[in-house]
Amino acid sequence: MSGTSRPKPLPAREAVDEYFIENRHRVLDVAAFLDRLDRSGGDWRSDYRMEALVRAIAVLAEPGAGRAQRIQMIFSDPTVEPKPKLDQKAARGAWDPASEKGA
Amino acid sequence: MDYIEMHAHMVSRTTDDYTQMALMGCAAITEPAFWAGWDRSTADGFDDYFRQLTEFEPKRAARFGIQHYTWLCLNPKEGEERDLARAVVQRIPKYLDHANVLGIGEIGLNRVTRNEIETFKDHVALALEHNQMILIHTPHLEDKHKGTRAIIQALQSFPNMDPARVSIDHAEEHTIEMILDNGFWTGLTLYPQTKVSVARAVDIIEMHGADRVYVDSACDWGHSVPAAVPQFVMEMRRRGHADALARKIVWDNPITFLGQCPKFKPPVSAHAV
Ligand SMILES: [Zn+2]
Repeated sequence: MSGTSRPKPLPAREAVDEYFIENRHRVLDVAAFLDRLDRSGGDWRSDYRMEALVRAIAVLAEPGAGRAQRIQMIFSDPTVEPKPKLDQKAARGAWDPASEKGA
Repeated sequence: MDYIEMHAHMVSRTTDDYTQMALMGCAAITEPAFWAGWDRSTADGFDDYFRQLTEFEPKRAARFGIQHYTWLCLNPKEGEERDLARAVVQRIPKYLDHANVLGIGEIGLNRVTRNEIETFKDHVALALEHNQMILIHTPHLEDKHKGTRAIIQALQSFPNMDPARVSIDHAEEHTIEMILDNGFWTGLTLYPQTKVSVARAVDIIEMHGADRVYVDSACDWGHSVPAAVPQFVMEMRRRGHADALARKIVWDNPITFLGQCPKFKPPVSAHAV
């Protein structure tokens, strides 16, 4: 392979045949996770991570490509300035808007 | 298919992993210096680690017929501690002549703090002063986009930095474009949860092409899969892509990038055509 040629994706029908079952499984797993949270009776919707996740799920139903990139940006820290000092060692998976207010 | 593992922390892996990797066709590994999962307390601790990477680990890999190369640094997870970082950076030059040292890495950012950026720049300056190649770690999850942008900005503040000799690893859908557009090499890291899956890696190749891109497992002491690169090859086949394209990503591209370091000796493929 040479140059900048883009390899072609599988034709849609073949991709559906090959990948439908595993993605059906993934969607059900997410649905069951949300059900589990509801059954717990607690307020999970105001958790910043879950707020981001719910917005990400809405992107799945949007038309057109680029969903993965749009979801990545929903979870991303949109700020530009470096943090003045280390707050915690590990990332949490979604940006917490409240983390900026105290900084 | 024979392959080169561009990013593996073998000091955290077992002998069984080496065996499996050799059986799967791994011919060479490059191991960046990493965070131990807890903070080392002294620069002496790094000396011991660098000796492990330059003396012990290559011998361990050689028993399985695998070439072992390494990159040295104080990892971004420890970059906040400026005094320690300065002390470690001073100690690195004495290891740079080791036969298996390819350059400085994996340097980069963790939570994108001011101190981390200063520590990152210290390492870039060290690399450029000693004409070393650079391997870069981009932050995790919500910090990746902001951190990748800050890393590129910091690199470009060095007028003599050649992006062709720098790889910015752990790219994902939202960061690959800025990396490739600025002339750098990049790696797609195949992780069970926190980076890209093999399916998404193939998607990214389909969208951005296979130039200046490789894949790696970044297997370490956390959730990670030493078989990830062969699994990527399987996914390429499942998607109907030619083996020549997979081979470019897991073999030819690594050799082209690493070959810029005169110490890298391209391994011989058992399956060369
Ligand atoms: Zn790593």
